[in-house]
Amino acid sequence: MNKVMEMQRKDDSPLFGLWVYLMTDGMLFASLFATFAVLRNSTFGGPSGAELFSLSFALLETLILLTSSFTIGIAMWFAHQRDVRAVLFWVGLTFILGALFLSMELQEFSHLVQEGQSWRQSAFLSSFFTLVGTHGLHIIAGLVWCAFVVLQIMHKGLDGIRMKRLAMLAMFWHFLDVIWIFIFSIVYLLGGIT
Amino acid sequence: MRGAQHKETRIIHMYIMGFAWSVVLTIGAYLAVVNKILSANQLIVYIMLLALLQVWVQLYFFLHLGKESRPRWNLWIFLFMVFMLLIIVVGSLWIMHNLNYNMMPPHQTDHYMIEESNEGF
Repeated sequence: MNKVMEMQRKDDSPLFGLWVYLMTDGMLFASLFATFAVLRNSTFGGPSGAELFSLSFALLETLILLTSSFTIGIAMWFAHQRDVRAVLFWVGLTFILGALFLSMELQEFSHLVQEGQSWRQSAFLSSFFTLVGTHGLHIIAGLVWCAFVVLQIMHKGLDGIRMKRLAMLAMFWHFLDVIWIFIFSIVYLLGGIT
Repeated sequence: MRGAQHKETRIIHMYIMGFAWSVVLTIGAYLAVVNKILSANQLIVYIMLLALLQVWVQLYFFLHLGKESRPRWNLWIFLFMVFMLLIIVVGSLWIMHNLNYNMMPPHQTDHYMIEESNEGF
């Protein structure tokens, strides 16, 4: 029995499967980025990205998400040390930072919509809301996943399966960070130049 | 045991290094755009370079890509994704730019060409 569990613990194929999924997700984002890049100037006479977006707000969002990517890494490190309380603390912190990021994103969206700059305004705004909104949906999925992992570790401890689920969550979360770096660079910084 | 301990400290150092680098790169890109230290075209190159560096930092320090043992399936499938990504993004931009150019009403062409030579992005 122990040997079977040991083999399950060492089997990395679920992590590989998640990695393959993330790569296909990367292609989904690639097509959304391509759409945004093509439509970035199609503002239908409305304001451009440089006039609409606050760069300092986007910078704060980026720093929060970067920090949350770091904290889930630290949680993974403590998981290898078998320190359950530290793992719960760092995953909890990741959840809080992720929720903060999401609330900022939603605040930006509602601000834009209230100003009359919703996705219905122009092709540029449609592509913007689709790209950033899809990332936001992934963040929501990540937050739900975070909550599940925390509850499972609280109830069942940090055994091999829980360990693997935590590793998968960490991988997913780092991936969302990578996508956001491109959103920050392409949508906000490049949009802010002209 | 000491070897394992050494590995553990190395891993946490990697996370801290990765975090420090990603913050430096983010703020570096932000300050360059806000203070307009370069011309528009140079800024585009600068930001894309920093973004690629940033992605490398994330993949190497946080996702440990390329550190797995052979056969490196994770790395290969990642490289395939990058290949597809380039086809999708570069291909779309190329085709749509060409389409816009060829579908332009004649009276706009002169105006467009002047504008195109003035702005880069």
